[in-house]
Amino acid sequence: MADDGDIAVRVEALESILVEKGYVDPAALDVIVETYEHEVGPRNGAKVVARAWVDPEYRERLLTDATAAIAELGFTGRAGEHMVALENTADEHHMVVCTLCSCYPWTVLGLPPTWYKSPAYRSRAVLDPRAVLAEFGVTLPPSTRISVHDSTSEVRYLVVPLRPPGTDGWTEKELAGLVTRDSMIGTGLARLP
Amino acid sequence: MNGAADLGGMMGFGPVLPEPEGEYFHADWERRALALTLAAGANGRWNIDASRHARESLPPAQYLTSSYYAIWTAALERLLVAAGLVGADELAQRRVLRPGAPVRRVLAAADVPAVLAAGSPYDRPVDAPARFGVGDRVRTRVMHPRGHTRLPRYARGKVGVVTRVHGAHVLPDTNAHGAGEHPQWLYSVRFPARELWGEDAEPDQTVSIDAWEGYLDPVDAPEQDPGA
Repeated sequence: MADDGDIAVRVEALESILVEKGYVDPAALDVIVETYEHEVGPRNGAKVVARAWVDPEYRERLLTDATAAIAELGFTGRAGEHMVALENTADEHHMVVCTLCSCYPWTVLGLPPTWYKSPAYRSRAVLDPRAVLAEFGVTLPPSTRISVHDSTSEVRYLVVPLRPPGTDGWTEKELAGLVTRDSMIGTGLARLP
Repeated sequence: MNGAADLGGMMGFGPVLPEPEGEYFHADWERRALALTLAAGANGRWNIDASRHARESLPPAQYLTSSYYAIWTAALERLLVAAGLVGADELAQRRVLRPGAPVRRVLAAADVPAVLAAGSPYDRPVDAPARFGVGDRVRTRVMHPRGHTRLPRYARGKVGVVTRVHGAHVLPDTNAHGAGEHPQWLYSVRFPARELWGEDAEPDQTVSIDAWEGYLDPVDAPEQDPGA
């Protein structure tokens, strides 16, 4: 990117200014990075999806009040205060974008990947979602309707992908292993067993 | 505002480049830029909407040629200067020239997990009942506000159907400018892709946005002929 040559120095200087002025605690910065690099991530969302696949009552709660259903599993907080779950079916495939910035359900997916924040994705996900899906290697039957959700408010969307065939009798934990980050954004499908 | 951040429907940015799961940062400064933005936000001198507006109102050429955390960094610098917490001279000289100003809160390391897990809800109680219900047809307003808005250009002046009523939420258009939260009912509105993009779009494809009540007018009367 054009401006990044000097940015590392700039950010370092900014940090030392903010610390010296007493606005930020450097130890808090470390905890923030640790939290979003190693603790809060798409494995949270995978647990939500796997639970919905095996527990019809949980699935119902998730589709009715996703914020509360996700909180049942202990996932609450920043960029997840108002959650909606979108369930894929054979007829309808949901796909989430934030054309204006990078709104993303941090509590269940963690920080967004670079492509989710990129102009390439943000510009075309609403205009030509089938072509964007192809760039992820996803080809849906022409009869599957694509519903794109532009995340323009503080409401955050989690896609519940289709449960792969051949997983009858699988445990929740085994199923969670099939749930990819992209399948919960709608740019991928759950892995086949 | 009609800024460079409002990207929906633009062309020419090339293909999307997928990335493996678990790859969050590409340089150490990105980690610090993220953490600084969250920690400085906890000082309580600006809100999430002001923060977004600071990014989205960067000059278009700068916005489109900056990586994402570089945009965050530039916006953070702007916010700090506007709030009087850091001087532009201090940023330019990369050193402290005067003592810090008082802030509402300094986020302590021990409090980070609880603060992040608590989040800050944006729904607010309002007296007025929701003007629209699920199934209502609505038209988004044609508007080009100079300030912040969350109604993307591609979805202005378009007819759609309300699919969800989310409750009343803080209005970013005023909140971004320190002009109050002015909560309004928030709806999901679904548009046929052809309403947005014309006949080239797939016939059964749809795009939904979340829209505050003030972005919407009811569609219940026959269209007026403006020349009549």
